[in-house]
Amino acid sequence: MPAFRIGTGAGFSADRLDPAVDLVKRGKLDVLVLECLGERTVAFSHRDRMADPQKGYNSHLRRRMQALLPACRAAGTTMISNMGAANPRAAAARTLEIARELGLTGLKVACIEGDDVSALVPANQPFMDEPGTLADVGMPVVGMNAYLGADAIVPALQAGADVIIGGRLADPSMFLAPLAHRFGWDATDMARMGAGTLVGHLLECGMQITGGYFADPGVKDVANLAQCGYPIAEVQADGVAIITKLDGTGGCVTPATVKEQLLYEVHDPARYLTPDVTADFSRVQIAVAGPDRVQVSQASGTARPQTLKVTVGFDGGFQGEAGVSYAGPAAQERGRLAAEVVRERLSKAHGIASDLRIDLIGVSSLFATAGVSAYDAQDVRLHVTLRSRAKEDAELMLWEIESLLCCGPAGGGGFRGSIVPCVMTKSVLIERERVKPTFTMAVA
Amino acid sequence: MNAPGRNSRRIIRDIAHARAGDKGNTSNVNVWAYDAADFELLKRNLTAERIKQAFPDLIRGRVERYVIEHLQGLNFVMHDALEGGVNRSLNLDSHGKSWSYLILGLEIEEL
Repeated sequence: MPAFRIGTGAGFSADRLDPAVDLVKRGKLDVLVLECLGERTVAFSHRDRMADPQKGYNSHLRRRMQALLPACRAAGTTMISNMGAANPRAAAARTLEIARELGLTGLKVACIEGDDVSALVPANQPFMDEPGTLADVGMPVVGMNAYLGADAIVPALQAGADVIIGGRLADPSMFLAPLAHRFGWDATDMARMGAGTLVGHLLECGMQITGGYFADPGVKDVANLAQCGYPIAEVQADGVAIITKLDGTGGCVTPATVKEQLLYEVHDPARYLTPDVTADFSRVQIAVAGPDRVQVSQASGTARPQTLKVTVGFDGGFQGEAGVSYAGPAAQERGRLAAEVVRERLSKAHGIASDLRIDLIGVSSLFATAGVSAYDAQDVRLHVTLRSRAKEDAELMLWEIESLLCCGPAGGGGFRGSIVPCVMTKSVLIERERVKPTFTMAVA
Repeated sequence: MNAPGRNSRRIIRDIAHARAGDKGNTSNVNVWAYDAADFELLKRNLTAERIKQAFPDLIRGRVERYVIEHLQGLNFVMHDALEGGVNRSLNLDSHGKSWSYLILGLEIEEL
């Protein structure tokens, strides 16, 4: 049996499009996966849907579908994506409209639902990994989504879907499902479930395995990062896979790029939980199989968890960010004085003292809490962040930072400020029997 | 000053590469020796205890270290190490994506 060719066309909600089009046109793919959801992405999408019932899916869906649907049809490639986010039905409807606009008559679009479990989870549900219950959060719930596994996707493949759109489809499950479907892997064959999950885990973040998020000049140089290509896995019936990318694209596939992704967001390498399997990556073998070709094998697994993880999203109020820069002699001292002034004014004039952070970018910001700072910076930026349920607090903070231009330390310039909505997410568990995924098919 | 050639100012980045990820308020950083010959040195330098002690104000919880011997890799799981995590942290890098370079910036102590 020839190798099954599966590629990634997005590794997160805002990932690049052009290399995905190139991949479909030249990659001879059986399946293209667009992974577009994080925990917070779903919560933000729920907020979008509450504001407009026709929204709540990935904001780049139209452009992505316009570019990729014709290429997928020409190449005979099936597309699987969780771009539906908080509203897969609307996402599938938009996709059908776009297919019709493009004249792709007969295109079969499947919509997977059932991940929205907000009617099934009570307010006194305890958290998965911390003390307390949902009711303790004290913020409005915007949505609850269970992670659906490969078993929710396979029926749509069996029905011959060309495009499969869902909401909270688990990242690796979107890769495992077509492999299990093609090779007839049984859901109780944990070695195969583990192998397919490894392929999914390695590919789900897109270019993070082809040289993206890897370059460190001088020690980890990456050729032509600007034109980095998305990954392809060539998977055999036994689950052994070659990770590679298109000729002529930038980036690289090496044992080092594969290793960094192997344990990305993994805790115990022998127990990586997904809806499909408790995957064991601890004995994975990684071998060079040619230029930009790396073979992975020896993933395995044990029984899948009896519960599914549910992400609960809450309306988290607003976050304001604002800054002013200082440069030249004593820039640090002037920046520190500005920080003291801002803290006092926010506290005394507005009663704002908590959920407030002030950094001096260039001296100490990302590593401020870790205690790592520079001492010789002459180009620094006061950066203030505030989070509040009340938008007015954020507005007052921005006003105080801008006022530094006339009544702060000398030489400050370059005020910018913005306010964005916030979400909070928590995790709970649900018995898998209570979650009943369904799919509906429509034809363009 | 150290004697020339002693290389006591070498940092972990000189012998290893790393990537950070987050789940809630837990950060994990995987670290890999470029050269298998340096893996023992890496293991001796990067113990769970050293990571915890290097950043006590940041890493509030326990640190676990998993060793992937055959790939010359270490995976550090640092609990309560993200200032509340992406939901609560007011750090510009609320995911702790840069934590990999906290570890890569540690000095190699010749052991």
